[in-house]
Amino acid sequence: MHLYNLTLQPPTATSQAIVGNFSGAREQEIIISHGTRLELLRADKNTGKLSTVIASDVFGQIRSLASFRLTGGTKDYAIVGSDSGRIIILDYDPKTSSFVKLHEETFGKSGARRIVPGQYLATDPKGRSVMISAMEKSKLVYILNRDTAANLTISSPLEAHKPSAIIHHIVGVDVGFENPMYAALEVDYAESDQDPTGEAFKNAEKMLTYYELDLGLNHVVRKWSEPTDPRANLLVQVPGGQLASSDRFDGPSGVLICCEDHIIYRHMDAPQHRVSIPRRKHPLEDPKRGCLIVAAVMHKMKGAFFFLLQSEDGDLFKVTIEHEDEEVKALKIKYFDTVPVATSLCILKTGFLFVVSEFGNHYFYQFQHLGDADDEPEFSSTSYPSFGMAEPFVPLPHVHFRPRTLLNLALADEMESLDPILDAKVLNLLPNSDAPQIFAACGRGARSSMRILRHGLDVEESVSSELPGIPNAVWTTKKREDDPYDSYIILSFVNGTLVLSIGETIEEVQDTGFLSSAPTLAVQQIGADALLQVHPHGIRHVLVDRRVNEWRAPQGKTIVCATTNKRQVVVALSSAELVYFELDLDGQLNEYQDRKAMGSTVLALSVGEVPEGRQRTPYLAVGCEDQTVRIISLDPESTLETISLQALTAPPSSICIADMLDASINKAQPTMFVNIGLQNGVLLRTVLDPINGQLTDTRTRFLGTRPIKLIRVLIQKNPAILALSSRSWLNYTHHNLMHFTPLIFENLDYAWSFSAELSPEGLIGIAGSVLRIFQVPKLGMKLKQDSIPLSYTPRKFITHPSNNYFYLVEGDHRVTGEIAAKKKLDEMRAQGKKIDEEVINLPSDQFGRIKAPSGTWASGIRIIDPVEAKTVAWYPLDGNEAAFSLAIVPFSARNNELHLVVGTAADTTVSPRTCSSGFLRTYKFNEDGTGLELIHKTEIDDVPLALLAFQGRLVAGVGKALRIYDIGKKKMLRKVENKSFSTAIVTLATQGSRILVGDMQESIAFAVYKAPENRLLVFADDSQPRWITAATMVDYNTVACGDRFGNVFVNRLDPKVSDQVDDDPTGAGILHEKGQFMGAPHKTRMLSHFHIGDIITSIQKVSMVAGGREILLYTCLNGTVGILVPFVSKEDVDFISTLEQHMRTEQNSLVGRDHLSWRGYYVPVKAVVDGDLCEGFARLPGAKQSAIAGELDRTIGEVLKKLEQLRVTTSGF
Amino acid sequence: MAERTEDEVIDGIWNGKLRYTANTQLEHLHARYTGTGHADLTKYEWLTHQHRDTLSSIVGHAPLLSYLALADGEAIGRVKFEMTERMLQPCGPPPKKDEE
Repeated sequence: MHLYNLTLQPPTATSQAIVGNFSGAREQEIIISHGTRLELLRADKNTGKLSTVIASDVFGQIRSLASFRLTGGTKDYAIVGSDSGRIIILDYDPKTSSFVKLHEETFGKSGARRIVPGQYLATDPKGRSVMISAMEKSKLVYILNRDTAANLTISSPLEAHKPSAIIHHIVGVDVGFENPMYAALEVDYAESDQDPTGEAFKNAEKMLTYYELDLGLNHVVRKWSEPTDPRANLLVQVPGGQLASSDRFDGPSGVLICCEDHIIYRHMDAPQHRVSIPRRKHPLEDPKRGCLIVAAVMHKMKGAFFFLLQSEDGDLFKVTIEHEDEEVKALKIKYFDTVPVATSLCILKTGFLFVVSEFGNHYFYQFQHLGDADDEPEFSSTSYPSFGMAEPFVPLPHVHFRPRTLLNLALADEMESLDPILDAKVLNLLPNSDAPQIFAACGRGARSSMRILRHGLDVEESVSSELPGIPNAVWTTKKREDDPYDSYIILSFVNGTLVLSIGETIEEVQDTGFLSSAPTLAVQQIGADALLQVHPHGIRHVLVDRRVNEWRAPQGKTIVCATTNKRQVVVALSSAELVYFELDLDGQLNEYQDRKAMGSTVLALSVGEVPEGRQRTPYLAVGCEDQTVRIISLDPESTLETISLQALTAPPSSICIADMLDASINKAQPTMFVNIGLQNGVLLRTVLDPINGQLTDTRTRFLGTRPIKLIRVLIQKNPAILALSSRSWLNYTHHNLMHFTPLIFENLDYAWSFSAELSPEGLIGIAGSVLRIFQVPKLGMKLKQDSIPLSYTPRKFITHPSNNYFYLVEGDHRVTGEIAAKKKLDEMRAQGKKIDEEVINLPSDQFGRIKAPSGTWASGIRIIDPVEAKTVAWYPLDGNEAAFSLAIVPFSARNNELHLVVGTAADTTVSPRTCSSGFLRTYKFNEDGTGLELIHKTEIDDVPLALLAFQGRLVAGVGKALRIYDIGKKKMLRKVENKSFSTAIVTLATQGSRILVGDMQESIAFAVYKAPENRLLVFADDSQPRWITAATMVDYNTVACGDRFGNVFVNRLDPKVSDQVDDDPTGAGILHEKGQFMGAPHKTRMLSHFHIGDIITSIQKVSMVAGGREILLYTCLNGTVGILVPFVSKEDVDFISTLEQHMRTEQNSLVGRDHLSWRGYYVPVKAVVDGDLCEGFARLPGAKQSAIAGELDRTIGEVLKKLEQLRVTTSGF
Repeated sequence: MAERTEDEVIDGIWNGKLRYTANTQLEHLHARYTGTGHADLTKYEWLTHQHRDTLSSIVGHAPLLSYLALADGEAIGRVKFEMTERMLQPCGPPPKKDEE
């Protein structure tokens, strides 16, 4: 089995974000790392909306990012630390809109290793050097400078290693223009490793160490090292240094050390200051639990600076330092606002805060205040003896604040993120949809949601109004060429035309010069200030002074179709003749002396727009009833001569010539495409050669069941094509590449561009008798998301076989369940304790829930109606029980009546996995599945992580045991058990009497149930240990799985073994076979293997296109959605593999990781082609494209067509 | 016992010298590449190395950190901190050395 891996939705989880002037313009941009992908964002400072400028796969794992600017420079560069063993300096080139690798310095082995740098990056604030550090020991310092041509240079590395030191964090110390200095938080383990008494471990000191880069001597010295708080985790740079122009200090220099519960200000030879991190005043707060700072940002303004630190609950604190020159007077902290817990915070100079959430959507806030004017209590180091450092190892008393809704920040924009996807199903449930939807259980805690993902562009409707009749076409037009907006809407009915004027309101107008007693075929604003209407009996040329020049169709003939642009008009008569008109320099419309007889009824016509600075477009496309499309010249020297001809498979219904940019064909200028829509719903897209008028590179696509209508529109000021069939599609250019995406909107009968003051880039369409005005707001988002909010982190869900409802289990560790919390609060009230009702009623989706000790769970079962997108019922669990698995079982002992079995456990701890008791809760469905009724609850000995219906009974993975249960009156009855599994059973799949069991650490085992002897036997397993996260049966002998390290692989059982096992009626043969390698007697063979770089949480065999091939669709933790497509022929395998080989050499990874070793991170890649890399072919420069295509004995067009076909025919994306 | 030939003697010197330089090289390599094993590695040392390698690999791979944070109900920042803390002594104190 050879597979083609393609990412449909790249990861959306963000591990880090940096801000800087990367384009060198006076505008700040944000670079975010999605782990395996870099994305550059730009914020509109007026609207506060974020937009993606570029995003590119790096084929490596990004571990750290930092921005820096050379002294005196205006442009920021990005430094990337990754698992490639190299330090990378990236430059964003705004001209080509791409990241350019400026430097790539190798320092170590690849892989995220303990002593290979890449985990931490720190830059000197003056941009003179950078430190890159590993988790342990290794730190390298590179000096950055300019050469004579002002190019960035990088030195060879200087070592600042400290053996046996574990590094918690590093940061650049701001020392102005003195020698660059770095601070590191280190713990030495050498002594603890040697001391059996454990004394040394207990006394291990966490050191704050300063490393100074001596620029004169060109080496790094350990300048200063002092013990600090043993629970310190993060360092933050404090501004310092003196300006050359004045003798004022920017700040006191030094660092803030964020520790559990405390913030310490620290600098060499200076007194320390310590404050306590304020805690939430919550009645259920656990006073023993520490509070960590997880994200921090420092912001410098003119003459001042402040810090925003975020605690692990999401509370932001504003920290300020009062100082006189270099002497710190006080360290102050106060509550600022609460936002979702972030991995990174970025402050923009335009007054925005970008919060990169650790899970779920990312948020972009605008500062309303800086927290100066409110009456929030402020805590200062001066209120403690010796600035809080009298007894450095004794914690300061707790201080508290009251959380409240946002005061200093206001939400400006939200970036949708699927991260984390915990389970997903692909089903076609929504009405009127011909492609399946992806239902993904996403998010964490109170911000969880069930998201419905549909392939298509989201459409925003602004106006919808009923019309008196059913129009068959709609146009809009300006009055003059240079008008900014449209003035008229023209609607054509069967027997007349209606003209509406666009103003404050939209109303009918009469005196426009348009003929209202006949239907209209075409409307055009022509020349500088005239209008044109084509109707069946003639052409009306309405001049600016309302005079009308009319050309009448010859007696007995009518116009059947027409095409126009700013200077040219072509009409086809019922006698199959073409009449050509052109505007002369006086603004007169002149008929060409000859008419062209086509010999077959003309069904469709199209001319392109007049190219800028030209008189006319030289080509006309004519589609005739004889199933041909002809390209006819409009050039004065060969007017109306046929140039080329294309045969079709069905009569054409519509043609559209458009000049659109597609960088895969031509990077410099737009390509002329002839789009031909056929009556059978197929669209052909061909490229028209601008020199000889030949049609080449034909691509086909099935759009729907109705004849296609094609309309040229403008989307974000670029030409695009709207294709209407039983679905509406948009063909547009985004990030220089051509895309073809359905619109998620009602079917349209006709549409046109619409531009008015309120909706400058809209579209207008008719659907039946309704007129609709709408926009396509986000071109980048190809998956439209609708979400249903959930209470806790979703764990698993299943669908009901008949009623389409979803049954979902949710659960959160370290959270008190709603019933238990209410009980506790009631108790406290009964004891007469004062409870702050406002604080406990704060919305948990913004403030999270108060953390409880380990072993506390909040959980429940939810019923969701995915079509209506709402929760039908919610059953919270009590008794510290948490649900982990569920199955719908038709118990044969109860006449195949469906039952829901939910596997739960009480007092579960995660590591090590223990529980006081596991349970199987059996429910009956009530009222068509909208309700559940508990029948009984069966106590079991371990956590049931996997349940499945099996031959009218239940098969359960209970800890290490695989068991079959049958339903009884009072409880579930255990029938048979197999305890040969090593860790814990996490997945189950079945066909016939075979059960595929996924173990948490020991891969997939094939088990069989032999009913006559009631035996459950494992007969085959894997030869490799695999930490299974998701698995699905591809066929009876084949299984596709994802593991915890980001791999996907396919294993197959030898069919001979399979037959042998199936033929053995009692299983005695297997029972007495000798095990192999301390496992089952047979081993599966690995067929393919691939490293995705994201942990697969669900994998499913499904067909994404109506009538298309079955593929494997997987979803991952970080929000990746991808597919694995089996190749159908050996030729395809050879062709695409060779292309991949060429792409590996042509397209270097942005982080310097070798592609083959990245895709074979843990196990060498086997029989899988990386489609994401191959699709990079479209972005290569033309010369490289043709070189590769030449090597493959193909043309560039053929290669691109093959790649598109692989994507479109299997995923529809 | 047969007398050694000259060749054997030279061989012996070579071997000894080689062994000596190889040893210092090995020591150098051990100092340079923390976590490399050697013939006298104890079970405790090996296990500690394994755990430290694993912990730093978890911190280095963001998806794994998210995975653990989700399972445990903690913030990613907290999980990362606790993993790094655990690197100090992942397998408890070393066993007591024998008197010999």
